[in-house]
Amino acid sequence: MTISDSPVHRGKTLAEKVWEDHLVVKGEDGTPDLIYIDLHLVHEVTSPQAFDGLRVAGRPVRRPDLTIATEDHNTPTAAIDKPIADLTSRTQIETLRRNAKEFGIRLHSLGDVEQGIVHVVGPQLGLTMPGITVVCGDSHTSTHGAFGAMAFGIGTSEVEHVMATQTLPLKAFKTMAITVEGELRPGVTAKDIILAVIAKISTGGGQGYVLEYRGSAIRSLSMEGRMTICNMSIEAGARAGMVAPDETTFEYLKGRPHAPEGDDWDAAVEYWKTLRTDDDAVFDAEVFLDANELEPFVTWGTNPGQGVSLSQPVPDPSVIIDPNERAAAERALEYMALEAGTPMKDIAVDTVFIGSCTNSRIEDLRAAADIVRGRTKAENVRVMVVPGSARVRIEAEAEGLDKVFKDFGADWRFAGCSMCLGMNPDQLEPGERCASTSNRNFEGRQGKGGRTHLVSPLVAAATAVRGTLSSPWDLAIDDARLVNAGPSTGSGNGGI
Amino acid sequence: MEKVSVITGVAVPLERSNIDTDQIIPAVFLKRVTKTGFDDALFYGWRQDPEFVLNKEPFKAGSVLVAGPDFGTGSSREHAVWALRDYGFKAVLSARFGDIFRGNSGKQGLLAAQLAEADIEKIWALIDAQPGLEVTVDLPAKTVTAGALTVPFEIDDYTRWRLLEGLDDIGLTLRDEARITEFEGRRESWRPTTLPVK
Ligand code: SF4
Repeated sequence: MTISDSPVHRGKTLAEKVWEDHLVVKGEDGTPDLIYIDLHLVHEVTSPQAFDGLRVAGRPVRRPDLTIATEDHNTPTAAIDKPIADLTSRTQIETLRRNAKEFGIRLHSLGDVEQGIVHVVGPQLGLTMPGITVVCGDSHTSTHGAFGAMAFGIGTSEVEHVMATQTLPLKAFKTMAITVEGELRPGVTAKDIILAVIAKISTGGGQGYVLEYRGSAIRSLSMEGRMTICNMSIEAGARAGMVAPDETTFEYLKGRPHAPEGDDWDAAVEYWKTLRTDDDAVFDAEVFLDANELEPFVTWGTNPGQGVSLSQPVPDPSVIIDPNERAAAERALEYMALEAGTPMKDIAVDTVFIGSCTNSRIEDLRAAADIVRGRTKAENVRVMVVPGSARVRIEAEAEGLDKVFKDFGADWRFAGCSMCLGMNPDQLEPGERCASTSNRNFEGRQGKGGRTHLVSPLVAAATAVRGTLSSPWDLAIDDARLVNAGPSTGSGNGGI
Repeated sequence: MEKVSVITGVAVPLERSNIDTDQIIPAVFLKRVTKTGFDDALFYGWRQDPEFVLNKEPFKAGSVLVAGPDFGTGSSREHAVWALRDYGFKAVLSARFGDIFRGNSGKQGLLAAQLAEADIEKIWALIDAQPGLEVTVDLPAKTVTAGALTVPFEIDDYTRWRLLEGLDDIGLTLRDEARITEFEGRRESWRPTTLPVK
């Protein structure tokens, strides 16, 4: 584009920069751009039909060296040395193993030290880095945008397309800035930010957009916190979420197994530093949020946009003006078996689940452990703690977190998606109510008839202590313990 | 992929908003490793209720789904599209679609037609007055006709062209293989590879 093409010359957003650096063919007359894919993550659920398609067409995987697979959705999180009992789960896993072998793809299987949830494994290996394109047949691929990568979920046809061509035909996304300024209070975390964002813009508000999270509250988050936020971009309907890379990002990456080294590192950092939205760039839409005002957040309904501060009561649908939304709220309350006006904090839960690609990283586990340390769980509550990867589990055990959780009365499990979705043995019983650090509270998501309240690891931990939905503020905890558990200090990681 | 042009069939009203892909097909069915045979899984939860629209005549044999706004939100599972297709749906009409669902539909020959919300409600009213009403979704003309009502719908030009021509995506892209190879030659060495380290 020449300057004379547009009346006002303007800078570029972060998303536009990454996009343009991956243009193989620029689309014309309404045809999409052809975009190069740097990293393709694969798991057992959305890949079998794609491999099948390749086989039928006699096509190889073009770049096995840009592809990596792990087992996560179907894997049990206990007794992992035994054969998987569920036959269909086992078939899916065995199919992935066969396909990985046949097509020459690196696979981390159950029992392997690098096995885990695909969105925990990529960043942990240092494969996820700024300025790259990442895809996976999984909507929460948006997680990787925390590094300033363009990362989005794709369907199985697209998985096959990437395998065969290492590219995707795509229309450019619109861009939306989500600016969060201010300082989070102790006990308020990245999860509360993103739940508040989705409540504000609704589950459809991000449709067609790449969200760029910016502002002082985002800058002060650790990489784990940024991943939590980008992870849930899809719950606002967005294709992707991004955070511009900075020293926090470089610090996190340096020395990881796949991070660049020597001259490559220097060249990369020099380029990465250019990956920020220009001051004169224009977003297609903008949203602002005040971090100072935020409180621990919780969902009351059956989509992630149906949330309130924990200090609030269950909302009254009759005051919702939009008829569709009102009906949705009424149906949600019926499914959730909740009465309008009940204080959220009076709601008793049966299960607390700490895990999933939203909140199962080491920092999340440390934060939860800081709350429960030296306490005992509420009597009738089942508490499950599921590290996101085998590596996270090992790290947590080295710090003694497993012991903290076990002493508390929690069940310490092996890595996987676990109770995030009803696909493996970890499921809710019909009617069971769960405070969950995962990302979806859809009907039946955690098991048929199960009822899900989405919360942060801190709220999950406080809820496990009291037995009703609780904020860490409800426990007699001094601020220091909360600050340590909070997002902005690097959580016992020595700070930034 | 088969060419799509003019679709005529029984319209099925699904008067709910925000129908996410977990409702279209629950996760438990994602364990299958085939690409067909998902008709039994479509709307599995709701179909347990005898009053659900697909359990009632004359809607059982429907092929055009007329749904509330934000259809197909949530997970990226393409199984949602396979389930609709395997059941016999050829087109879904809604005021808004989840982006990934819409993309997946275009790749499987399922026509996702975006109508004004008011037009969806008019079609619901027409079906209400005449259950079993057949509607016509005309892709070349980008219109939906139900009884005396004809309204326009939106679909992006590229998807429309591919549906009309029945074109396979990968084949199209591989026409540009030389440019992909050339791009690969320019990639910086710091970019990640997944080959095991050490
Ligand atoms: S943890 Fe949940 S959301 Fe994340 S990849 Fe697994 S199933 Fe999907």
